[in-house]
Amino acid sequence: MTFRNRWRKILSHVMLSLTGVCAVVAVSLLFVILGYLVYTGWRAIDWNFFTQTPKPPGETGGGMANAILGSLEIVLFGTIVGLPVGFMAGIYLSEFGGKTFAALVRYTADLLNGVPSIIIGIFAWSVVVKHTHQFSGMAGGFALGLILIPITARSTEQFMSTVPQTLREGALALGASRWKMIATVVVPAAYRGIATGMILGVARIAGETAPLIFTSGDNQHHSTFWNEPTLTLPLAIYLRGTAPYEDWHRQAFAAGMVLLFMVLFANVAARLVLSRGITVQK
Amino acid sequence: MTMGTANQPLPSPTSSKPVGPPAKLRAIDLNFYYGTYKALHNISLEVPTNQITALIGPSGCGKSTFLRTLNRISETIRNTRVEGQVLLDDEDVLQVDVTLLRRRVGMVFQKSNPFPKSIFDNVAYGLKVNGFRGSLAEAVEHSLKRAALWEEVKDKLQKSAYALSGGQQQRLCIARALAVDPEVLLLDEPCSALDPIATAKIEDLLFTLKDQCTIVIVTHNMQQAARVADRTGFFLLGKLIEYNTTEIIFKTPTKQETEDYITGRFG
Repeated sequence: MTFRNRWRKILSHVMLSLTGVCAVVAVSLLFVILGYLVYTGWRAIDWNFFTQTPKPPGETGGGMANAILGSLEIVLFGTIVGLPVGFMAGIYLSEFGGKTFAALVRYTADLLNGVPSIIIGIFAWSVVVKHTHQFSGMAGGFALGLILIPITARSTEQFMSTVPQTLREGALALGASRWKMIATVVVPAAYRGIATGMILGVARIAGETAPLIFTSGDNQHHSTFWNEPTLTLPLAIYLRGTAPYEDWHRQAFAAGMVLLFMVLFANVAARLVLSRGITVQK
Repeated sequence: MTMGTANQPLPSPTSSKPVGPPAKLRAIDLNFYYGTYKALHNISLEVPTNQITALIGPSGCGKSTFLRTLNRISETIRNTRVEGQVLLDDEDVLQVDVTLLRRRVGMVFQKSNPFPKSIFDNVAYGLKVNGFRGSLAEAVEHSLKRAALWEEVKDKLQKSAYALSGGQQQRLCIARALAVDPEVLLLDEPCSALDPIATAKIEDLLFTLKDQCTIVIVTHNMQQAARVADRTGFFLLGKLIEYNTTEIIFKTPTKQETEDYITGRFG
């Protein structure tokens, strides 16, 4: 019995230590990656990076003002396309969905969330680019919007499902219609979760690269969003990083850092939203 | 209304007993199903106007289910079915627009469920969704006074409702229900989570309210039923075993099951 007890103690200690070591490895890898990016990016970044467009290949200097602007435009368009549809679909799933149809929609949304984003890119290409005969910011934004729909729908649904049923009954018992009940009680009770999910969803599409390769494409200059190829930060990292010019590598790191901080900013904003306002009482 | 007048039986189509207060709500042969499970069996019961009617019985006996059919909040649960009729002032509640019905038949729930809003907005909610025109501030004050909560919250109306204690939250929910001036108030074990002092406050409140509305209260607490109710109905296994004046139910019940339950011989 004592042997057995000792063996159990040893096993417990070994497994605990193992999980600790793995946690340290995971975190330190993350810090190495982020540290390297910030270290390299910080040295590469300058004011021109934000204000100028790229110089011709081989020349040093220039910036990525067009890619930053392009990213903002495309993400904004994707948000306008994807967010309302995803939000409303999430409300439907949480509040109105019947058993079979809601399960189907939920399954499809999860499937879409798992589909490699380049597949969405091909779809956007065949729907938009093929018909307009050119890459455009709009095509890229459309692709990102499609990616955002299932993300928003599922996160909205999940946060609305955490609102206690008793609140819904309380509103209905006062003579509120179902829509009024949802709009004035359920959504406000869940808004912090919903908003956080939305911000994280937008941050996710802001970092998407694959679907933009053959939708919004590359451009060395500022472009018209609707009908010209529009450079974005993720694609700029790929294109500059794989080019044979030293100065472009520098810019790729700078772009990586800017993108990182944009996503970081979104995350921090999400947490700030999360920590304010009235919480639902459990 | 005193216990004396409440002792008179209600008029009913099948009885020739003396006439008492008119029925506000009348359930006729009510059956209720959760899917294929039959939760209520042929319930017929009349709730007299401006009286307090208590429904007692062990857990799962159907008393809450019955209460929830009266304002059709039972419809929020999927896959349920109701047979028979519930009449509100002789009008079939199924024929009344459901939002209008719930305005006339208010409800307070077992667990206090204030909205994650300010105290003021909680009370004003029902008024707002029903398109109230007039002074919200006055209406809110009036409702809070009726619920005997005004003195405790008048200086913090804009504070979150969650800052209140459990008993205060439950009275806030009563104020919220009263704001739309319901003709009937349904209470589903409103004191089950409250201490005796908070419970006493709510019971006192019920006495003052019954002049203006008809009250149906579901309770686990037999002493509570004996204290507040004019009439009491005893439910068991989805059936209404006995329904009479509170005095008769507690002193001289006619059914053996009622007596066993009242005296704590089973449960």
